[in-house]
Amino acid sequence: MSRRILIAGASMGGLRAAERLRASGFMGEIVAVGDEIHMPYNRPPLSKEALASEVTHEAVAFRLRPAVADVTWRLGVPIASADLAAGAVRLADGAELAYDGLVVATGMRPRRLPTPGPARGRHVVRTIEDARTLRGELGPGARVLVIGAGFIGCEVAATARILGADVTVVAPEAVPMRRPLGDDLGAALQRRHEARGVRFLLGRTVAAFFGEGRVAGAELSDGTRLDADVVVEAVGSASNTEWLDGNGLDLSDGVLCDNALRVEGRSGVVAVGDVARFPNPRYDDVARRVEHWSIPTDTAKRAAVTLLADLGLGAPEPAPFAPLPTFWSDQYDLRIQSFGAPALGADDIRVLDGDLDGEVVVGYHDGGALVGVVLIGLPSAVARYRAELMRAPVAA
Amino acid sequence: MKVVVDMDVCKDHGQCVFSAPEVFQINENGRLVYVAEPDESLRDAVEEAADVCPLQAITIED
Repeated sequence: MSRRILIAGASMGGLRAAERLRASGFMGEIVAVGDEIHMPYNRPPLSKEALASEVTHEAVAFRLRPAVADVTWRLGVPIASADLAAGAVRLADGAELAYDGLVVATGMRPRRLPTPGPARGRHVVRTIEDARTLRGELGPGARVLVIGAGFIGCEVAATARILGADVTVVAPEAVPMRRPLGDDLGAALQRRHEARGVRFLLGRTVAAFFGEGRVAGAELSDGTRLDADVVVEAVGSASNTEWLDGNGLDLSDGVLCDNALRVEGRSGVVAVGDVARFPNPRYDDVARRVEHWSIPTDTAKRAAVTLLADLGLGAPEPAPFAPLPTFWSDQYDLRIQSFGAPALGADDIRVLDGDLDGEVVVGYHDGGALVGVVLIGLPSAVARYRAELMRAPVAA
Repeated sequence: MKVVVDMDVCKDHGQCVFSAPEVFQINENGRLVYVAEPDESLRDAVEEAADVCPLQAITIED
């Protein structure tokens, strides 16, 4: 009898899971359910080049391999609930879908500020529609207030400046991108933004937005009042796991998984992408979610093997799953690339090559060992440092 | 197997190099160069390279 694998989520992680299930020999039915109306697309350009031009699905859509041509896509409908014991989900339109195996790939959504004030004119950047709406309001002279100095906030600030907007960034941290980069490199990044005209008001939060019917500015925690035409909230993400409530899972921060991406204690249920909280023995035994672009592909590859083994359709993979997290950020003409886990080496940060205000390689160390590298520029050095990170032994 | 990289889209991230070093390389100027018709035995590696391209600039045209 044909088996059905249900993929909850139709973004990159869901697509990669479908591809990997087929590549691993699964011949049964695959149904992917997504709350967006679009086929899977690549999100990083939405805060970068796509935001600087016309935002279309065609420009960012993932190509579909022939192997996934027979996947059924149920798009534009969220999953309302799941009954893992029964092996079924209920969609928001009332439809029920039974499954033999489940891939949790519902990802994240942007956090919104609970700050009082008008809602119109306040944006987030996650979907094509978000980017398109924001794009329409960015232009020469527009006063743009970016809340949050993580990498989405910094990328949007850079793109808005390129489009000629007047940009101010407000964030509670002392320097932008502090968590992934550390104080010194974060400060250097701030100088680069400031040299291009971005203003930073750090160590502050927004107390309230003001305006009649539409946001006209913000009052900060220190009493500063800022006029603004456009507000972009880039204050992190929340996991889309509410549909899994009531199944006894640990959903305190994404979905808790074992090292093979199996949802804890549940045979036949795996999670992929940034919603999956799993231990990476490359570092330690602490389960973490990783919101890096490389993770949906890495986790899908492994989760597909785990799921098929649980269903009796393949052999489990004995080697530990130990991906090397990778992300990049383009800001102006700067290429920032990160490999490994800089945050785990935040107490011992060294400049390994170049200098902080030019092209630079920064190393992050734990117990003297290199655990993460961030490069600005220096493309010819990437391979060497990445190889060094890959060489470190992984605990079995 | 035929590989095409859209060089108007490619931004020389070099992620493909790690997946398929026999096919993709970053030259001394930091630009991507690649083998347009690699051996069929490299298909898995090239597919992985296409997956991990941040700009999704790599196409495999059988």
